[in-house]
Amino acid sequence: MKISLFITCLVDQLCPQVGKATVEVLRRAGCEVVFDERQTCCGQPAFNTGYRTEARKFAKRFIEIFEESDADFIVSPSGSCTAMVKHFDELFAEDENWRSRAARIAAKTYEFSAFLVNVLKIEDTNASFSGKLTWHDACHGLRDLNVRDEPRKLLKNVRNAEFVELKNADVCCGFGGTFAVKYPEISVAILDNKIAEIEKSGADAVVACDASCLMQIGGRLSRLGSKAKPMHIAEILAAQE
Amino acid sequence: MEHLTAETFDQNARAALADTQLRGALKNLAVTFGERRQAAIATVENWEDLRERARSIKDETLAHLDKYLTDFADNAEKAGAQIHWARDGREACAIVLELLKERDATKIVKSKSMATEEIHLNAALEKTGIDPVETDLGEWIIQLAGETPSHIVVPAIHKTKGQIADLFVEKVGIEKSDDVDVLTKTARRILRTRFAEAEVGISGVNFGVAETGTILILENEGNIRLTTSLPKTHIALMGIEKVVPRFTDLDVFLKLLPRSGTGQRLTTYQSLITGTKRNATDEGPAEVHIILMDNGRSRMLAHPTTRQSLACIRCGACLNACPVYQQIGGHAYGSVYPGPIGAVITPQLVGIGKTKQLPFASSLCGACREVCPVKIDIPELLLHLRAEIAEGVTETSTHKFSEKLAFGFYSFAWSRPEFYKLGTKISRLLQKFVAKDGKIGKTSGFLAKLAPPLGAWTAWRDAPTVAPKSFREIWKSDLENK
Ligand code: SF4
Repeated sequence: MKISLFITCLVDQLCPQVGKATVEVLRRAGCEVVFDERQTCCGQPAFNTGYRTEARKFAKRFIEIFEESDADFIVSPSGSCTAMVKHFDELFAEDENWRSRAARIAAKTYEFSAFLVNVLKIEDTNASFSGKLTWHDACHGLRDLNVRDEPRKLLKNVRNAEFVELKNADVCCGFGGTFAVKYPEISVAILDNKIAEIEKSGADAVVACDASCLMQIGGRLSRLGSKAKPMHIAEILAAQE
Repeated sequence: MEHLTAETFDQNARAALADTQLRGALKNLAVTFGERRQAAIATVENWEDLRERARSIKDETLAHLDKYLTDFADNAEKAGAQIHWARDGREACAIVLELLKERDATKIVKSKSMATEEIHLNAALEKTGIDPVETDLGEWIIQLAGETPSHIVVPAIHKTKGQIADLFVEKVGIEKSDDVDVLTKTARRILRTRFAEAEVGISGVNFGVAETGTILILENEGNIRLTTSLPKTHIALMGIEKVVPRFTDLDVFLKLLPRSGTGQRLTTYQSLITGTKRNATDEGPAEVHIILMDNGRSRMLAHPTTRQSLACIRCGACLNACPVYQQIGGHAYGSVYPGPIGAVITPQLVGIGKTKQLPFASSLCGACREVCPVKIDIPELLLHLRAEIAEGVTETSTHKFSEKLAFGFYSFAWSRPEFYKLGTKISRLLQKFVAKDGKIGKTSGFLAKLAPPLGAWTAWRDAPTVAPKSFREIWKSDLENK
């Protein structure tokens, strides 16, 4: 099975180890993995801030690049960027041709953990991680893609790790893209509820499928000097001690 | 008390966050209403089917709104009600004032109604020297305090018990007590005399049935029953979107609304009113006036995306579920309708010009869409409005030029791999000045001014740095040919 990676900008620039871990897990699962270096951004920041003309440019570019590939699936270590790809068709309400091209690409695109469980039928990646793990449901993965059980199944099978359910795991972390800097006080007030629950859980690592939420949660954990570390699910699933 | 405006949402929100009393009052909102709602929806098997059904009834109604409204008006008139049409809030207020003047009525009782809040009816009445009495306990409290509702179902949710106790001492003159029972009894005693002397009762409407001309109003305190039955004249203000085609449709909404809003299986009272009393000896008002009000609604109807805004049954579930609302409460929105649904309908009702912060006051988490009993895609509506604002379809040429410029630049550079890679390199160079131990701490002064988003981020959160080697570089050197 051939996978074309969609590595989001945040992963590419800020936490490339997540991309590397994604490749490792997929290869271990027997997939052939390719990466088209022409890819840049899916345009989500523009779309979410209302700049549809700009978002449309990014979408077209993304579609053209991934259409050229003969890969069976497009896999991304991000719930919200995958959700963006699923939104592409909304950008072409009056353009039947682009709308169906967008829909074809969207149908092939999967969030990483959902891909493992639902397509590859893998719930145990042979990973090993010593410590207590908890899961934060990133909003777009949860509510746009309906990814809820998949990551939990995968995490519960990690050797040496103890999985604890986070209270209010499905409540937003307050990131919301430009929201986090447009209304930083509100964003952080929401975030602090999340942080309090993470601390209460006693987790060594709070795991999520989105680098953006991890940046928000991790940034606050780091500022407060917490022992809990933000980790992407790919990093945990690739870990072998 | 001065009322906040939507124009200053950012400042309102900041003040709300600093208000410890308010934060205290809001603290249990999510838990209490969330858990009650969960328990209540667990008592129906086919919750998702019900939501689908409700939405399709609303969609059907909105697709033929003219027909159903005419049916409703005809049938209500046949039953003895008098129908009035109001294009906007001003017309609706004028109709009410005229009706009162004709009847020489000055003693007015009112039941809780968001539509009357929307058109600021109380203020219009007060201008002519009429002091309408709010008879819902929560509404009465905020009327005493000279405030506005901060929630569409629980209007005084922003007040702590202590604040209410103090208010009763000051305005009612009772001895201080924060025993809820004492406060409620006091309110009842006072309101009872108001009911006894009232000449006209004014209410809102939850649903209007086209095939019978019946209106349905839901409540828990019994005051609406009294408002609509004791006085000789009943005036009901009804938004044109409140109509449903058939009487049996009510069944669906009666299952959804109380469960979603207050977590009840059913509200304590449901008043079904079909016209006036039939015989002179019957109880009930001799005159029923129903004002059908547009006030911006037909504008929402015109666009396929915004149309769903009119499906709202004002249950309040999206407010309770919203992480933003939970932090700042309703007043910060500076509009009658707060929370997620407020952020989408206020700009549509009053125009985007002075409300353009509202569609951005959301992290787009989607919790509202998940709980909405009529499946309104609020995030989709927020995005739609954001696009109207950013792309300047409406009167928003003042939308931040710097942001437009930034997005223009981003779309140019980040869609070209060479520029994108150059950007990464420049960031790596620049961060040398601010990063320490692989992260960027609090950035203030000159730098925060130079890059406001960085300042806003790092005031409370550390920022990550650009990695020494990007994924695409690692791919080339370590991964591609393995
Ligand atoms: S938008 Fe939905 S959840 Fe919010 S008040 Fe209206 S019906 Fe209730």
